[in-house]
Amino acid sequence: MIQIIAFYLFAIMVVLSGALTITARNPVHSVLWLIMAFFNAAGLMVLLGAEFIAMLLVIVYVGAVAVLFLFVVMMLDIDFSELRAGFAKYALVGFALAAGLVGEIWFGVQAWEAGPIQAAGRAAPTPDDVPNIQAIGTLLYTKYLFVFEGAGLVLLVAMIGAIVLTHRNRGGVRKQNVAYQNRRRPQDATRMTNPPVGQGVEL
Amino acid sequence: MTIGLPHYLAVSAILFVMGVLGIFINRKNVIIILMAIELILLSVNINLVAFSAFLHDLVGQIFAMFVLTVAAGEAAIGLAILVIYFRGRGTIAVDDINRMKG
Repeated sequence: MIQIIAFYLFAIMVVLSGALTITARNPVHSVLWLIMAFFNAAGLMVLLGAEFIAMLLVIVYVGAVAVLFLFVVMMLDIDFSELRAGFAKYALVGFALAAGLVGEIWFGVQAWEAGPIQAAGRAAPTPDDVPNIQAIGTLLYTKYLFVFEGAGLVLLVAMIGAIVLTHRNRGGVRKQNVAYQNRRRPQDATRMTNPPVGQGVEL
Repeated sequence: MTIGLPHYLAVSAILFVMGVLGIFINRKNVIIILMAIELILLSVNINLVAFSAFLHDLVGQIFAMFVLTVAAGEAAIGLAILVIYFRGRGTIAVDDINRMKG
């Protein structure tokens, strides 16, 4: 019983949050609703017994991606009301397309015929006596090691790409040049003079 | 009554359609389009994890992890492009992004 209530709670909340994400007037509210949707999706995944993916969703999406969105939305000085000008015009086309997509999915599900599940055909059966995280770790670091390394490479390229794209050299900035400072000797920097009385020094 | 695979697939399908709808109704605002893409990827993840759980096959969860990785990279690169575009042009309206005459 508690599972049914939990499922419907998370499912309704994730759908509601998704709807508010795409319709909210203020993009900051959109991001906050997106965070809500991610939290509830993580709840759904906990219900499914995929704790690791659920925690990953919270850490990666809420902790990194959504905060990145929030920073960008708040950093850019944009008139968002202007961007919403054609909302009603696009909404009609959008709802028509969404209805078409729902119809296609419905049609596909109706036409789909499921065969029996072949238990022997599974690529990596879930072990019964091992916790989820341990099972995923065992699989990830053995069978899918190279794919895992590839995922790391994707993240590295994304990181370097983002830094290269947003980095800029500002002109007219006085930076400290440590090598130049260390190269400088007292004879370059100081001058000994012996000015006569009443004449002052020449600078 | 128990919660089965079709329930999760229904949630995932609703979320997917909502993401596609979000792209169309906010088609002037790139930031919300990126968020709608995140919603679509989230629905795909729910789908993968639901099948993984009900078929007792861990590969779905492994694959969901890789989808998450690509989604994170995509968000980082997309927002970086958005920031440099805004720096150069002072706007992010999709209608004004026509330099490449595509």
